[in-house]
Amino acid sequence: MNEILQGLAQAFWLIVSLDTELITISLRSLYVTLTALLVSTIIAFPLAALIVVTRFRFRRFVITILNALMGLPPVVVGLLVYILFSRSGPLGVLGLLYTTSAMIIAQAIIITPLITSVAHQSMQGLWADYRDLLISINTSKPQRIGTLMWDSRRALITACLAGFGRGIGEVGAIMIVGGNIDNATRVLTTAISLETSRGDFSLALALGFVLISLALSVSFATHWFGKTERGGLW
Amino acid sequence: MIRILFASAVLFFVQINTATANQVRLAVTSSFHNSGLSDHLIPHVETDLKLDIQLVVVGTGQAIKLGQNGDVDAILVHSKPDEEEFVKTGFAKHRRQIMFNEYVILGPSTDPANIRLANSLLDAFRRLSKVKTNFVSRGDLSGTHKKEIEIWKKINFKPEKYGKNYLSVGSNMGKAINIAVAFNAYILSDKATWLNHKNKGNLIIQFEGDQLLHNQYSFLPISKKRHSHIKSKLVEKIEDWLVSEKSKNLINSYIIENKQVFTFNAN
Repeated sequence: MNEILQGLAQAFWLIVSLDTELITISLRSLYVTLTALLVSTIIAFPLAALIVVTRFRFRRFVITILNALMGLPPVVVGLLVYILFSRSGPLGVLGLLYTTSAMIIAQAIIITPLITSVAHQSMQGLWADYRDLLISINTSKPQRIGTLMWDSRRALITACLAGFGRGIGEVGAIMIVGGNIDNATRVLTTAISLETSRGDFSLALALGFVLISLALSVSFATHWFGKTERGGLW
Repeated sequence: MIRILFASAVLFFVQINTATANQVRLAVTSSFHNSGLSDHLIPHVETDLKLDIQLVVVGTGQAIKLGQNGDVDAILVHSKPDEEEFVKTGFAKHRRQIMFNEYVILGPSTDPANIRLANSLLDAFRRLSKVKTNFVSRGDLSGTHKKEIEIWKKINFKPEKYGKNYLSVGSNMGKAINIAVAFNAYILSDKATWLNHKNKGNLIIQFEGDQLLHNQYSFLPISKKRHSHIKSKLVEKIEDWLVSEKSKNLINSYIIENKQVFTFNAN
């Protein structure tokens, strides 16, 4: 119990004193997860919309698989990415192992199915309402996809936040492909794991509180910029 | 959209290309890092040689695997038989002894197995095998785990016979100590990690000072013949530094709780 209070106090001081190491690590956490999120959304949103507006043979099967992949174990993804990018692996020549790029790739793989599934679910509901209208005014497929994506933008932001949450708190995959290298690939979660193994629970907890505040600020920022729950806008 | 894609692709590759010239990757055993010696030593190596050293902290077993795959330029580990095998199979050029410290048996202050009275390490382990009180094993094929296996073998006892009080945890040294603290269990640990560990609970050093507890650390440069991208020249510089007089002074002067924890013994 005492450790929790100590952790809170230490977290407070780390933040107020603008500890350089803490700032670098936090920024790196943000950089990795936000980039992974960007890559994921570029793939996930159009893919989700495409699944909504088209009918093909294995549609149901694909949706089931995507839903199942939401629970993709990070540690397995980490291992697969490690094997791919290891010097003895097929993509070893790129020299990407133990860089933030490898961490971004691993996280993108983890969060893409999650975002696709959530986005698909919300656009599916919208499509039920829009389908007849969009077909009757003779829109093309890209137009339909565009309309769906724009009109479900709030839900898509929620999908992004879910993806961000899964990415920023993830440790299994980035520990394997990033290696938790000081000044290169250490992020908040791997730093917490390291401090735990040194038995310094209050510092580990302090970093944990920083991580939670980071996730909170991102969520607040999103809603503030998005002007949600304000008059005149939905 | 295309612009964003292009920009991120450019960023991606710029990052790859900048991250090379004077960068060396070492896989080091967790005790080297958890003990705090790496923070004491590595900054000096970096400034003296103008290198950027990246430490990947793993157990000896995994460090050797990373070396085999060519993912690191050299390894610093502590398990002699594995190291010799590693050199024999041609993955490392040679094996260079750097320093040693010692293993200790940690246990609850009440010492239910009475190992404090043991007259040798083997006697201490025999007492443990008879009392079968909680014992935490690293269980991750690290140097420390291999040492533990070696000792059980020497007294002809199979840890499987220990029963459910034998906890094989598959974690690094620090996390295994945390578990031992929680279970009030005995555990084999290197002394440096223990002295630097913050969460000590009710555990104290219950047995130390046997020949068998000698813990030798060695540096093994990965062979360029196996992996052409290895930065042999830079690794050579690091090796020369590690066996130098300056390294000797720094290693021998690393003090935790008024105790010298590592002893330089390179030749």
